[in-house]
Amino acid sequence: MAAPLEAALAAIVGPRWVKTAAAERRTYEADGLPTHASVPRLAVLPGSRNEVIAVVRLLAERGVGWVARGAGTGLSGGALANQATVLIPLTRLNRILSIDPEGRRAVVEPGVVNARLSEAAAPFGLYYAPDPSSQAACTIGGNVAENAGGPHCLKYGTTTSHVVALDVVLADGTVATLGSVQGEPWGPDLVGLFVGSEGMFGIALGVTVRLEPLPQAVRTLLADFTAVRSATEAVGAIIAAGVVPAALELIDQACIRAVEASIYAAGYPTDAAAVLLVELDGSRAAVDGEFAIVEPILSAHGARSVRSAEDAGERARLWQGRKKAFGAMGRIARDLVVQDAVVPRTALPAILDTITDVARRYDLTIANVFHAGDGNLHPNILYDARDPELSARVARASKEIMAACVAAGGTITGEHGVGSDKIDYMEMIFDTTSLAAMCAVRRAFDPSERANPGKVIPLHTCREWRSAGVA
Amino acid sequence: MSGAMLARLRQIVGNDVETGPDSRPLVAPRSVDALAAALGAAGDEGWTVRIEGGGTWQAPDAPADLGITTRRLNGILSVAPADLVATVQCGATIRQLAGKLAGHRMEVGFDPPGSPDRTIGSVLATATAGPAAHRFGPIRDSLLGSTIVAADGKLVRSGGSVVKNVAGYDLSKIQVGGFGAFGIIAEVHLRLRALPAARRTLVAQGMLDPLFHAARAIVAASVDTTIIELYANAPPRWTLVVETSGTEQGAEIEEARAREIAGVPFEAGDSRSTVHAFGEAMTEAPVTLRAGVLPASLPETADLFTESLGPGRLSLSAGRGGLRWCGSPTAAAAMELRHRLAAREIPLTLERAPWAFRMAMGHFGAFREGVRPLSDRVRDVFDPKRLVAVALEGRANG
Repeated sequence: MAAPLEAALAAIVGPRWVKTAAAERRTYEADGLPTHASVPRLAVLPGSRNEVIAVVRLLAERGVGWVARGAGTGLSGGALANQATVLIPLTRLNRILSIDPEGRRAVVEPGVVNARLSEAAAPFGLYYAPDPSSQAACTIGGNVAENAGGPHCLKYGTTTSHVVALDVVLADGTVATLGSVQGEPWGPDLVGLFVGSEGMFGIALGVTVRLEPLPQAVRTLLADFTAVRSATEAVGAIIAAGVVPAALELIDQACIRAVEASIYAAGYPTDAAAVLLVELDGSRAAVDGEFAIVEPILSAHGARSVRSAEDAGERARLWQGRKKAFGAMGRIARDLVVQDAVVPRTALPAILDTITDVARRYDLTIANVFHAGDGNLHPNILYDARDPELSARVARASKEIMAACVAAGGTITGEHGVGSDKIDYMEMIFDTTSLAAMCAVRRAFDPSERANPGKVIPLHTCREWRSAGVA
Repeated sequence: MSGAMLARLRQIVGNDVETGPDSRPLVAPRSVDALAAALGAAGDEGWTVRIEGGGTWQAPDAPADLGITTRRLNGILSVAPADLVATVQCGATIRQLAGKLAGHRMEVGFDPPGSPDRTIGSVLATATAGPAAHRFGPIRDSLLGSTIVAADGKLVRSGGSVVKNVAGYDLSKIQVGGFGAFGIIAEVHLRLRALPAARRTLVAQGMLDPLFHAARAIVAASVDTTIIELYANAPPRWTLVVETSGTEQGAEIEEARAREIAGVPFEAGDSRSTVHAFGEAMTEAPVTLRAGVLPASLPETADLFTESLGPGRLSLSAGRGGLRWCGSPTAAAAMELRHRLAAREIPLTLERAPWAFRMAMGHFGAFREGVRPLSDRVRDVFDPKRLVAVALEGRANG
């Protein structure tokens, strides 16, 4: 008779890295989204590439589903396992394996924290561009799963534009080398397919990323507005003028006040309806040239002031306010749903009016802090999850905001992923055939559907594609 | 058989079917639905299909029961300058799109080799980016969403028309550089770029070594360039093209920096016409190959091409890496080179060649661990009966 699962896993990783006690398992019951909770059957923390492969092979033999997890900072309930599935946190695989300064490449294990990679690259004059707000905690492996973004993805693109090769293990325990160090694939673009597959195609054991040279010059501007609409119109005007800033972020009054009342106070004017944080980078000449275009646009759209960060310290402070905004809001409400949706940039003014209207009708506090340049909204709904009636209202308001974004030509998630949270919204934007095709592609990677089962694609749509498809 | 086929196809696409040069039916659908219906009929009947674009890049020479040309599926459905997005059908040409976008002071972030009469579908299916990839990334970064038709006629959508989107798996990625093996790209949402106010060009001629070192010095100094490409129509004579762009002042200052750092004599030139001339030359011989090589290894890899395949035209991307070669090799020599490059972890992709060559070599080969079975299984999703004539792996790898 086979050994119990716990014992067999312990034989691979060592007993201390198999978490079976209820209290230990409960620490993994949620990610960064408070609306979904699910306690895993157990958690196993492999410490090396070979241990991950051995764990996946064992689970394949036993027919047990599993969920890979990074730092658990995700915002879609994507990295949650349940009573039937095993959670595989990859945080122990946290080595930067190599940095090639001339080729501008790094090879990292999946558990490397995002910000650590840029720190390690800095002595070579390089950095890793994708910068989610959670970058001080989130891992590169998690970023790969979610195709994570961040403020600077406006100019530099999301994770998928920065990953050139992946060493992966599939759910059946086989390994595959996708992509190449230069980025040209050895076949079709399987890296492009894998990035953003939300942990349902396999586990990335090694990630080769492109590093960018640190910009010669950076200029960070803070423009404050007395109306949200003028701020969003300024965003459209900047893009239409042919300038794509490194970042272009909007922070509204509710959010400004939360930030300014916290230890992350950034000096945002608390009487402003909204501020825009605009970052220009590149050569000195390019930055000066773009500033000469952007500054008059901001003023013409009614900015009361346009402040330029004087030094690196002030720049860091302005950014800290933005990046810690979610944390700051955590101080003023017990729970916070960080929503994520995208609209065409030109639809921003109208959609923000809609969000204000939804907040009023559902009697909710919604604060906005988001990637305005991408049209990537983050309405933050402040509430108390202990109140079921309030929680139900939050869910209805979220759905209405999503529907409005889709109706405006947008989408239900720009960077947080579908996970568990948005699975029911998928049919708002994709027909059954397209969803069924996605299922079929997933089965090409994981025919037994053991990797992160039940996420992203509504189960009932998976039946529509032809069976297996092999002639 | 052909008579019955014609009758069946006429039921679907009316008069948009004719007899092609190979005496087989050639369908020219005018809508995505008609394209889907034609492929659906082929799928039902088990007919093999050749997909044709403009025929300027890849000759429509794959043997099949019928051809489907995208030349009438050529609408530019929308251009939204303020949102930086255009929606385009696969048969629209690069020339047609560039003309339309210029009216909005916009452009796409790719400038593919070959004729400007190449179709968008061809450029995407072959992932043939040009030197603008230095600034804007590979062509996959320009594709926001797509509607594709699977070999059985099913329409599959992924992505969307906004610049940031992670809803569902990114099925569009597998189409880019998939050579049509994973479905036919019917309609796409493309990311646009604003035309810069000014462009400045530096052109230098000479031997590879000094020009390559000049290019690498410019890259190492992070000069803000949009193009930094080395060309040779007749090695050992090389041309380095450097373009800066942005505001008038910005482009000029960066041009001056590039000039100073490079330390080679430059002449004035027009980067666009130079790039296009060299790009068009990439179809003057029957075979075009590309290699995924990091910048530091470009010169020795270029030597390896010349040594293995004989004379050919070359272009080297000094910033991002990557090499393109056009010449008249034998398939055996090209496959031998593929294996030599694979030993150096450099993938070699066959971009274009006559059908017999493609069948022998395959667009892809020398697969790394696990890639071939994954590729096969994904292809099973979109074309399980292998009805679309694509020499993805070729006989040698089969």
